This record gives sequence, structure tokens and C-alpha cells, in this order.
Amino acid sequence: MSGQTEQDLAKILRQSAESSERLLKENAELRARLERAESAAGKAPQDYVELESRFHALEGENREFANRYVEIEEENNNLANLYVASYQLHSTLDFREVLQIITEIAINLIGAECFAIYLVDDKSRTLAAVASEGLDKDKLPKMALGQGIIGKVAETGDNHFGPEDQMNAPVNPNEPFICIPLKIKDRIIGVIALYSFLKQKTRLASVDYELFTLLAGHAATALFSSKLYSESERKLSTIQGFLELMTS
Amino acid sequence: MNVAQLTALVVEDSPTMRQLIVFALSRIKNLKVIEADDGVDGLKKLSSGKFDILITDINMPIMDGLKLVSMVRNGDTHKGIPIVIITTEGAQEDRQRALALGANAYITKPIQAPQVISKVKELLKIA
Repeated sequence: MSGQTEQDLAKILRQSAESSERLLKENAELRARLERAESAAGKAPQDYVELESRFHALEGENREFANRYVEIEEENNNLANLYVASYQLHSTLDFREVLQIITEIAINLIGAECFAIYLVDDKSRTLAAVASEGLDKDKLPKMALGQGIIGKVAETGDNHFGPEDQMNAPVNPNEPFICIPLKIKDRIIGVIALYSFLKQKTRLASVDYELFTLLAGHAATALFSSKLYSESERKLSTIQGFLELMTS
Repeated sequence: MNVAQLTALVVEDSPTMRQLIVFALSRIKNLKVIEADDGVDGLKKLSSGKFDILITDINMPIMDGLKLVSMVRNGDTHKGIPIVIITTEGAQEDRQRALALGANAYITKPIQAPQVISKVKELLKIA
């Protein structure tokens, strides 16, 4: 073998050794990457399970928030109704207007169809209707305190609620489905008797009971103060007329 | 971003009902609410401004809701305005007449704020 050939062969062997060394290194690197990939792949299902459970937890929270939102929305609407009712009841000192507002609240907020407002006459201890809807006021009987549902409610001051399945039973003027006392502290000045409801009103909602409570107090105060005001106005004009007569 | 202001006209003789409707509508963003006591007052207000929706009761003194719907649909201004009428369940004839005269939708008493809001939003095509 000539020296030239030996040199060439040595070069090839060197190159081959270098190449092998490079390949071995790459091989080691690839093996390491493969091991890392395999380990990551092994972990993936576990991560997936964790993510899925977190997703379900968030979904549950979301549902809870949505339900809470609906509840708050309902509460908000109820408060708006109560606010409007109390605002309107105290917006006037005219007795007829107060009666009209109570009527509007009963129709528009409660959904009542037939009802009557009775006031107590302290002297005769009887109740007489001063306003009604769906019933002829003049045909409604006078009630003695303690007599029938209306008289009992006016005497005891306790609410009367009939069984819900009789909500739209035929109207009997002596037997209202609901009867609420109009109270100023412990003094009962009258009652609101509800006999029947609009067709679409099939059950009483929680806000209806709150409206009944509100009516029991606020309507009573509004009726009482407007009555006092109109009486004092009448007395004032009588006195003024008398004074004018005396001084003329 | 500036969102165009919309205006609603509420025609209702009962102050209680009017306040309830205004209360409900106040929860719709960019909706200004103007109130009228009866049909005549409603027509007067319609002619003096630009309105995007009309909500009216049927039973009112001086001019009722049916007459108002008819006059709006046959008038020059606002003839295409969406109209919502408010009726009681028993007043089915009135409701049919109002719809025949050109009302777009109806709400029955006792009214519920969500019902008013969704009906108005639907007709105004707002989310």
C-alpha cells in the first residue's frame, strides 16, 4: 500500500469514526427526547382528568350563579312592585283617589278580579263596602264585627286565606277567598275582601303575600289620613264660612 | 362606543301601572321613556318628537288605546312604530281588535317587569 493510499484510508476511517460518534450522540439525544415524550404522554391523561373535573366544577358554579341571578331578578321585580304600591298609596290625600289606587294595586299587581274594600263604622260596629270591583258595591251586605269571615277578620285582625284550590270558585259576597285587615298598629279600620282573580292568575306568589302585608298597613294609613284630611278640610271651610258671616 | 338613544312612549291613565311600566323599562339601557295620560296626550307627544316604540293601555278616558292605535297607523308620522298593548285576559275582543288595527304585541295584566322588558327588547331588536 502506498503512503498516499494509507493517508486516504486513515482519513476515511477518521471521518467514519467522527460520523459514528455524531450518530451516537444524536441517537442518545433522540432517546432522551423519546423518554421525555413518553413520560409526558403518560402524564397527559392525568392532566385531562384534572381539567375535566375543574370544568365540571366551574360549570356547576356557573349554574349556581345563573339560578342566583334569576332569584335576584325576581326579588328585584318584587321590590319594584312593592315600591310602586307604597309610593302610589301615599301620593295623595284624596280619599276617593286612595280607594282608586288600592283598586289599581289589587287589579294590576295582585291580579284580583272581584274584590271589595270595607270600612268599620265605629259607632254601629259594622262594616260597609266603600269600593268594589266586579261586584255591585250597593248590593254588598253590611257586616257586624265578628260576623262571618269579613266580620271576624275585622275583629281579630288576622288574615284569612282560603284553600288554593278554591281560588276561582264562584263568588259569594259573604265568603271571600282572601280577607286582609286594614290595620294602623292595633286599630282595625276595615278589610279588603278578595273574591276571585283574573283567569291567568292560577296561584298566589310570594310577592302577593308581601303585597297583602303592605296593603294591610299602608292602605290603612293612606285611607285613614285622607279621611282625616277631608274631614278637617270640611270643618275648616265651615269655620271659615262662619267667621265670614260673623265679620260681614 | 356611542349607542343610539331609543325613546319609548307609555300611554296609560293609571299612575300605578304607568310607574310600574316605566320602572321596568328603565332597566333597558339607552331607552328614554316619555309618559302620557291618555290617547290624546299620547298623540300630542308622538307628534312632537321621534319615538321608537309605543306601549299603550286599551281602556283609557278621552281617547282609548284602540283609537290611538288606529290613528297612529293611519297617521303620517310613526305609522310604522312597533306598538305593544296592555289588556286584561278577559278583554280578548279588544286584544283581537287592537292586533287587527296594527298593534304588534300585547301584554296581559297583572304585568310582570320581565315580560315587558323582553317584549320591548324583541320589538326594538336589542339584546
